[in-house]
Amino acid sequence: MTKEEIKHLGRLSRIKLTDDQIDKFNGEIDAVLEYVSQINEIVADSDKEKEVGAVYNVFRADEVTNTPGEYSEDLLREAPCRQGDYVEVKKILNPED
Amino acid sequence: MTIKELREKYLSGETTPEEVIQASFDNIKAKNEEIHAYLHIYEEAVEEANSASKELQTKGGEAAPLAGIPIAIKNNVLIKGKKATGSSKILENYTATYSATIIKKLKAAGAIIIGSTNMDEFAMGSSTENSAFGPSKNPIDTARVPGGSSGGSAAAVAMGSVPVAIGTDTGGSIRQPASYCGLVGFKPTYGAVSRYGLMAMGSSLDQAGPLTNSVADAELVHNTMAGKDSYDMTTIDDDTYPKVEKKEQYKIGVPRDFLSEGVDEDVLEAFEDHLETLREAGHEVVDVSLPLFAKGLAAYYIVMPAEVSSNLARYDGIRYGLSVDGEDLLAVYENTRAEGFGEEVKRRILLGTYVLSSGYYDAYYGKAETVRQMMRIELDKVFDDVDIIATPTTPTPAFKFGEKEDPLSMYRQDIFTVPVNLTGVPAISIPATTVERDGKNLPVGVQYIAPHAGEVRLFDLGKKMHDKA
Repeated sequence: MTKEEIKHLGRLSRIKLTDDQIDKFNGEIDAVLEYVSQINEIVADSDKEKEVGAVYNVFRADEVTNTPGEYSEDLLREAPCRQGDYVEVKKILNPED
Repeated sequence: MTIKELREKYLSGETTPEEVIQASFDNIKAKNEEIHAYLHIYEEAVEEANSASKELQTKGGEAAPLAGIPIAIKNNVLIKGKKATGSSKILENYTATYSATIIKKLKAAGAIIIGSTNMDEFAMGSSTENSAFGPSKNPIDTARVPGGSSGGSAAAVAMGSVPVAIGTDTGGSIRQPASYCGLVGFKPTYGAVSRYGLMAMGSSLDQAGPLTNSVADAELVHNTMAGKDSYDMTTIDDDTYPKVEKKEQYKIGVPRDFLSEGVDEDVLEAFEDHLETLREAGHEVVDVSLPLFAKGLAAYYIVMPAEVSSNLARYDGIRYGLSVDGEDLLAVYENTRAEGFGEEVKRRILLGTYVLSSGYYDAYYGKAETVRQMMRIELDKVFDDVDIIATPTTPTPAFKFGEKEDPLSMYRQDIFTVPVNLTGVPAISIPATTVERDGKNLPVGVQYIAPHAGEVRLFDLGKKMHDKA
């Protein structure tokens, strides 16, 4: 893996990386990837083994179980920036676009 | 101190919940500064002890099963109105807005929560060295780690402050610290216990369970927490898996080809001695072959980081937790996560992002899920012949702080525990014996693994071998 690739992974992961971190993670992630690649020695021969686990959908009725505003204050109190009953975020649309 | 002993003393009037809670606080006051098992202490436990006392006086043996029993909770489990940090800087000031299902159940059973325990950040680690608030120490030898990620919970029980603490186990995070601290640690069948209100790490792997001084206590606390929950769609029904019965004598399988590499010689000897004790008790011990289990750790370090990278995407600095400003929204995300996450968490998010990225998905995540399914089939076949599988819990006793700086050497501590999470079966670690390091006797555990929904067998054999019941 190259430094550029680690930097790109940082961007995809939304984590700003310093140059030191890029150097450190570069070697470490390569070592882990080399280790985990041993699973490619395993040959999956039957179709059954290619199935993914005992996964199935579980549904419940889509019913409202709380009263309006019951949790709003508790949740909003945790927001880093708020305006009244709204979570405040940075502008994402540029009016010139 | 066990829950059972406390209960008897409460009922006989030999002691009261007030005295026991006070003793817990005294213990914490005397020891926590050095051990650092706890992040937060809840003073209102004193009042709760008062009501528990009254309940025990009026109802006697009919009182709730955990009435007046002090318990500590790993800080990745939400308790309404309390700080839930996951030992991460990103949640340092976060207050839980609701309680986990297991918290509601423990409280309904009368348990008194006296504090929250330290852990590796977001449960990623095997030593608590990854806590943003500093590591916990092993009460048996403070030069050594208590294990992780539920290391604070293990230390809280081992230092004598509580008879039980709750941990979470994604790849061994209950069983490994139990082994390092000489305790019983139990990881349930995937889906036996609700994950509602647990901070998600690897959602297809995570389960909560107890760390205790006896197997009977682990059984009692697990049964209190277990059950179907409409808030966790992955919880199982009584008939999800075929019924597993307990037996007088068990046929125990040992995956011997899996034990040959990287296990300390005296740990292996201790394990062999334990097998001999099992034989003397009338159980049959046979060799079994689980070749894919040796590849479990490789599959785990694909599946787990992949799930971590998805689950931790929620920490964005917008809705809750730390927020670090930047020139635009993207910069807020990147700065918040750069400052809020520790190194191991970043490493795993990057790794997970890589294995899930377009072009690599099939070779890594897709393949790992296939291997996981093959492991389940391999394990089912072995359980056609044997009742329980036994391994050492960890390849070594507790290691020293700073000893495992290379991530891979830390990851290898989980070689015997991760296949259990990957396949979703239950397992228990019980103390086997001690081995000597630098003049200190350090505990090592043995792990029993049962088929899906085979909890009853683990508790039964565990009680026979450990509690001597």
